[in-house]
Amino acid sequence: MPEAVITAESLRKTYKVKGKADFVAVDDLSFEVAPGESFGLLGPNGAGKSTTMKMIGAVSTRTAGSLSILGLDPDQYGPEIRSRLGVVPQQDNLDGELNARENLFIYGRYFGLPAKVCHEKADELLAFAQLEDKAKSRVDALSGGMKRRLTIARGLINDPRILLLDEPTTGLDPQARHVLWDRLFRLKERGTTLVLTTHYMDEAEQLCDRLIVVDKGRIMAEGTPSSLIRQHSSREVLEVRFGSDRNQQVAGTLEGIGDRVEVLPDRILVYTSDGEAALERITALGLSPITSLVRRSSLEDVFLRLTGRSLIE
Amino acid sequence: MTGVIEQATVGRRGGVRALWAGNPWAVVQRGLIAARSSSWVVVLSGFFEPVFYLASMGIGLGALIGTVQTSGGAEVSYAAFIAPALLAVSAMNGAIYDSTWNVFFKLNYGKLYEGMLATSLGPLDVALGEILYALLRGLVYAAGFMVIMQIWGLNLAWTAILALPAVLLIAFGFASLGMAVTSYMKTFQHMDWINFVLLPMFLFSATLYPITVYPEWVQGIVMAFPLWHGVELIRGFTTGVLSPDMGWHILYYVVMIAVGLVFTTKRMRALFLD
Repeated sequence: MPEAVITAESLRKTYKVKGKADFVAVDDLSFEVAPGESFGLLGPNGAGKSTTMKMIGAVSTRTAGSLSILGLDPDQYGPEIRSRLGVVPQQDNLDGELNARENLFIYGRYFGLPAKVCHEKADELLAFAQLEDKAKSRVDALSGGMKRRLTIARGLINDPRILLLDEPTTGLDPQARHVLWDRLFRLKERGTTLVLTTHYMDEAEQLCDRLIVVDKGRIMAEGTPSSLIRQHSSREVLEVRFGSDRNQQVAGTLEGIGDRVEVLPDRILVYTSDGEAALERITALGLSPITSLVRRSSLEDVFLRLTGRSLIE
Repeated sequence: MTGVIEQATVGRRGGVRALWAGNPWAVVQRGLIAARSSSWVVVLSGFFEPVFYLASMGIGLGALIGTVQTSGGAEVSYAAFIAPALLAVSAMNGAIYDSTWNVFFKLNYGKLYEGMLATSLGPLDVALGEILYALLRGLVYAAGFMVIMQIWGLNLAWTAILALPAVLLIAFGFASLGMAVTSYMKTFQHMDWINFVLLPMFLFSATLYPITVYPEWVQGIVMAFPLWHGVELIRGFTTGVLSPDMGWHILYYVVMIAVGLVFTTKRMRALFLD
């Protein structure tokens, strides 16, 4: 394996809270990211993903542990690391007083790039983000998906070695998400290292070569999406609904069907290698679910298994 | 092209919270680009406000008042007395407008500085860039007003030309302190406090009449505020009555600039580079 572009060992971040014990945002994270890899941090809100991203982005100092980004320690080379990263924050912070093209141009200037280079890069990236006809539009006039694409383009203005994406598609409609995924795929193909956080399973499965599942500032599991599913879940999942008041009561009688049964407030999940067969057994017991659905196991199930909670509450 | 990029950005040491990248001009440039699309009404109103004051009070009230004695001992027309004060006020207003309301918005709603500090810029680049930009506006207002003063014959000595750098100093002081104060403000209500300080300062800082009308303790209070120092400094230059006291006025602003920069930078660090 080539030398890692990010190495974190026992990374920890706590915040002081007046009159209380320190708040632990990131407890103990160790991971490595290889060059060209697409690496995901998956976890619910408050898991410490954004804080981790800030530490990688060299805008937040770690409390303990060691961190190396492109071979440099942010405690000694903060600005230099920042100059080689692209950052796409969770909330768009585009410059509302400037138009789309000016946003790209001036961002390059912040990195100290010559004006000529910034102009060239701005045009190139507008094309990449499929925003050429919006070059002169004010940022406020762009749709959510366009803003995100512009933010990603902005993050690429300095030809970063690593692109950090904090929940890149949160709040976007399905079509806009697919357009965005397509752009990120292209970056991946070009060899840009991507580090992204998400609480969307499908996104992680689409984009991540490898990921860590984070909860309460700790790593719960690590691997490729498919290996995580293999390890922590069954091949298929049968979802059955008996109505919210009956689910709990019925669940007891389902023991023994499939590998494992999980009761959620609105439905029962049966983990099994063959969903259809499990459903037949349930109907054979004389139970008739209101709805039933057989689907492939997903990272959502992995997360549920590992933490006992769902990702999006 | 990659080569150029590497060259421009590589090699800056310093921790996450490193202060300075030597690139405040990028922030100034951002201000200039944004100004292109901003409302010219605001810019023009900032210019005309002191001109209106001068026209109404200087000429109108001036006809009733006659001459006034400056603190330097010169007997000057009322218009020549208030014009330098209005010049100082316009420098203050120009600087304050950009360093308070504009900064407040960028800080709390635009998330602009968060974006800037994710680049290789440091907090001092951002603070200084914003302040320099605010200062530019102050300078434009002041230069325009100086022209009006010249036309109306209110620049009484060649030293009046020194009022321009003095205006820069004053604008720098107000912009620096204004941004520092703003960085601690959280709501629009807090921002009203700034006006609450500015208006009395405008009225009482020897702008419209000599402060010798007040008992000494009131004079002491007036002298503690920055505008009085600015007014006295500029009035000294435009009336041509120079005194060693002007050194103190300059020092006052130098300290104000330094204090403002230190607090702004500290605050930017605390907010965005924890």
